[in-house]
Amino acid sequence: MKKFLALLLTLVMVLSLAACGGDKAEEPAKTDEPAKTDEPAAPTVKVGFICLHDENSTYDLNFINGAKAACEKLGVTDYVIKTNVPEGQECYDTAAELADDGCNIIFADSFGHEDYMIQAAKDFPDVQFCHSTGTRAHTEGLSNYHNAFASIYEGRYLAGIAAGMKLNEMIADGKFTAEEAKIGYVGAYTYAEVVSGYTSFFLGARSVCPTATMEVTFTGSWYDETAEKEGAQKLINNGCKLISQHADSMGAPTACELAGVPNVSYNGSTAAACPNTYIVSSRIDWAPYYEYAIGCVMNGEAIDADWTGTLATGSVVLTDLNENVIAEGTADAIKEATAKLEDGSLHVFDTAAFTVGGTALDSYQADVDTDANYTPDTEVILDGYFHESEFRSAPYFDLRIDGITLLDEAY
Amino acid sequence: MNKTMKFHISKRASLPWYKAWGIRAAAILAALLTCAVVTMLLTGENPLNIFTTLFYGAFGTARRSWVTIQELAILLGISLAVTPAFKMRFWNIGAEGQVLIGGLATTACMICLADKLPNAGVILCMILASIAAGAVWGFLPAFFKARWNTNETLFTLMMNYIATQLAAYYIIVWEVPKGAGKIGIINQSSEIGWLPRLGNQYLLSILIVALLTGVMYIYLNYSKHGYEIAVVGESQRTASYAGIKVERVIIRTMVLSGAVCGLMGLLLVGGINHTLTTTVVDGRGFTAVMVSWLAKFNPIAMIFTSLLLVFLSRGASEISSAFGLNHSFSDILTGIILFFIIGSEFFITYKISVRRSAGKEA
Repeated sequence: MKKFLALLLTLVMVLSLAACGGDKAEEPAKTDEPAKTDEPAAPTVKVGFICLHDENSTYDLNFINGAKAACEKLGVTDYVIKTNVPEGQECYDTAAELADDGCNIIFADSFGHEDYMIQAAKDFPDVQFCHSTGTRAHTEGLSNYHNAFASIYEGRYLAGIAAGMKLNEMIADGKFTAEEAKIGYVGAYTYAEVVSGYTSFFLGARSVCPTATMEVTFTGSWYDETAEKEGAQKLINNGCKLISQHADSMGAPTACELAGVPNVSYNGSTAAACPNTYIVSSRIDWAPYYEYAIGCVMNGEAIDADWTGTLATGSVVLTDLNENVIAEGTADAIKEATAKLEDGSLHVFDTAAFTVGGTALDSYQADVDTDANYTPDTEVILDGYFHESEFRSAPYFDLRIDGITLLDEAY
Repeated sequence: MNKTMKFHISKRASLPWYKAWGIRAAAILAALLTCAVVTMLLTGENPLNIFTTLFYGAFGTARRSWVTIQELAILLGISLAVTPAFKMRFWNIGAEGQVLIGGLATTACMICLADKLPNAGVILCMILASIAAGAVWGFLPAFFKARWNTNETLFTLMMNYIATQLAAYYIIVWEVPKGAGKIGIINQSSEIGWLPRLGNQYLLSILIVALLTGVMYIYLNYSKHGYEIAVVGESQRTASYAGIKVERVIIRTMVLSGAVCGLMGLLLVGGINHTLTTTVVDGRGFTAVMVSWLAKFNPIAMIFTSLLLVFLSRGASEISSAFGLNHSFSDILTGIILFFIIGSEFFITYKISVRRSAGKEA
């Protein structure tokens, strides 16, 4: 008897499958129609976005805001945002489904999505696939697969200046001596993006507070509220006077607010939760890239295989200086440094500004073309500075400079 | 007369199949209606649109149907794996870890043997290693249960954490590039250790699980082992009295359960994802418990319970992206539907009688 029912249900399933097959056949006919009417004024473009988490993660929220802003500006109403897509075959399936649904261009936001986006790009040659933070587009040789990142190390450097000035203010107030000006940094992994981030932040701080030193701890996760909170607490106990972080939860900022230690944030303002300790936040604004790439599709132009956003493109931004916490003159100092960075008279990784193992570098081979053995392949120190994010958009600065102590390198 | 209750609850002797399924169908209808009302109140969307989208998300295109059936196969496979243990009343909630450790063993073979053995050799090692790893993860709690009567619920649960931490450790060991904390697709260019594609990339795991379903059905219903499992599940004392070696049955069944989980880990890593993350099993080890219980341990009925769950989760996630809602909204819908379905089992097992006389007097 149950078997009869099973049979019945199977029948229903098969019929419904058949019904779907019918739908699919009809669909292209529907989409064909607007194309025939030929309206050159508004080229129809459908955009898909793939996000690792949803808007509860500051990292993904930053992308989602960028996506919405870009679509609004370009007048694109037909877009789909897929959230909570893990870094596995689901990423390929989601990208393929978006392509099936008629998306002309598809973006993904997380590093681990890259391999699956490349796979999808191979299977859908007529659809553009853009992957933020990835490293393989410039060597992959696919005309429809693209990477993007921003020179966020410049933003970190500027945020570092705000941090250095705060340290100077606290030294002048007699809260601690110049030699005790130690910064703490909570990182996720010992990945080049994180190394580049904390180093540029430190160099920014040291450019105004020469006695500054730094301690870094790693959590082994991009989002682990407890580990980030404990990491920040450990650094504060070690005598760090100011904390910054490169991880996505509110762990470190809340630990700082509880302990009354100033904090420089990332990916967005934490002023609402930490009004007494939040200084400033640097972040990548993805809207300029999305506008650029979607615009290319609209105009039938090719998208760069590897695109780097800068201060000039509006991709690297500082969010909300907190007037209650910052030292006097911070805004002016940042403005001045920004101008210098933009006209090229100041370089973040100037070899005169840092040493490795006690000596200044005049040559360094970085692993720009990703391979499993991390073979160094490109000379990146030219004209007296380390050329970050120029040979490819994703950061590759992985030097351990003097003045920064790594407390653990497990991750 | 107000002192007496106006209705009372009694256990049903048994219900004809059509009534039982009638109640279930009514529950699903009621659930869908509730979903429609909730959706309208919260979002103002037309409920008909919502249901069309729900269906489109799971079966809207050929690819969506394939992915849905593949997801169904994986969930069903893990459910089949836990079923013998549950039928024996052994609370194996460690499927998550057993699948993951099978996946880890698969990954190890794919990475470490890629340049040492020919492709067929690597795949053979993957199959053996994944099944063995899952079997060990099943054996340990069963052995401790049989020997020292440890609590298997806690034991299997703890084994999940060990598997997750081991996976996390080896992901860092094998990460590419350094510091990324991710393995990425393994052997993407050489495709060494990738299970062969039959026609398309979805079919292999579907066929394997289909075969597994038939085998498990026969094993549970028509084999001596299956009978022993049922007797041990009913009462261990009766089983011992009947001359069944209970300890042996427990260990044997859990090794089988773990081994099938390991096999599913092989399919997940070697056949579908070609990478390992700590979340590759994605909670299916726990969902499988629900699938198995809802189907009353019948492998054929499990096809439908797992289809229902996969259909809901894929459809609901389409709803959240199509209407720009948060992903949690799809969880709310799934929650409502499950609530009704699980609730309907109450009405199938128990009868509610209303006292007419009380009603008249009131």
